[in-house]
Amino acid sequence: MPMAALAGNWPNPPHADEYAVSFDSGRAVRLLIVPALFDEANKLRHFTVEVMRALDRAGIDAMLPDLPGTNESCEELAGQSLPSWHAAMEAAARHFRATHLLTMRGGAICAPTGLPCLRYAPVSGVKLLRTLLRAQVVSDREAGRDTSREQLLENGREDGLALAGYSLSPEMVRQLEDAELAAQDLPDIAQSELGGPGLWLRAEPDHDAAQTVALARIVAERLA
Amino acid sequence: MASNLPVPVAESGDIDLVLRQVLQDVLGLSSERVAELDAESGLFGHLPELDSMAVAGLLTEIEDRLDILIEDDEVDGEMLETFGGLITFLSDKRSDA
Repeated sequence: MPMAALAGNWPNPPHADEYAVSFDSGRAVRLLIVPALFDEANKLRHFTVEVMRALDRAGIDAMLPDLPGTNESCEELAGQSLPSWHAAMEAAARHFRATHLLTMRGGAICAPTGLPCLRYAPVSGVKLLRTLLRAQVVSDREAGRDTSREQLLENGREDGLALAGYSLSPEMVRQLEDAELAAQDLPDIAQSELGGPGLWLRAEPDHDAAQTVALARIVAERLA
Repeated sequence: MASNLPVPVAESGDIDLVLRQVLQDVLGLSSERVAELDAESGLFGHLPELDSMAVAGLLTEIEDRLDILIEDDEVDGEMLETFGGLITFLSDKRSDA
């Protein structure tokens, strides 16, 4: 029988506890979901939780931890780096005794190692960074400031950067530039398999129930 | 080779189709709404949901689907103001490639 989502904390030593939403009934397959990054995290939040509900109905436990510095976290985003996110997701995977991983978009570049991992529409750090830089340039132009991506990037590598409202540390900027998608065994889940356009593209957050069902079905099939 | 000849119809039609699809995906428009877009239809500055993040996503998606690169100094109000303006920019870009 479908259950209600549980909200709770998980330890991320030596830092403060972080929040997670989970559908945890102690079943055999326990899926840790690494959320999408930055603006895409907001666009895909509702979709991600709805996928968890559909997985719950399919008999799969799923846990969605916050990345430190995002959502309900007490940490500063400007204090984060890709290694800090990676370490946090490792801690979450241990705490929740995850058996498998599902990464959403840019979540692929901070996934814990050592567990079978399905990647939904994975995107590299450099591509996410390019879009954030471009958004900042468009916004600067609108405000009458003449900036360029090269110039912003050069400053960001040394001093960090506020991009489209996200404060990135210099480490985060440099690491995103280098964050390519690693090759892995399990085939990626392409957006085209879900039968609609990616919801991270939407100017305003939106939802598509059919895509939710499609992604949950694909995940359940590949984990069976 | 650069040429002053008009962009071939097939290619221009292809850009039109890609742009309509990307706008549909970004703005969540119905097929009917997207089919009604014409050269004069206003984009950036006319559609409140098309903020800087959405424009950035739009341009990145167009780059991917048309296999082109759009430079920062090419992005200005004129290029983004109308559907027709963006089509013209992309057609010029394609013919330069």
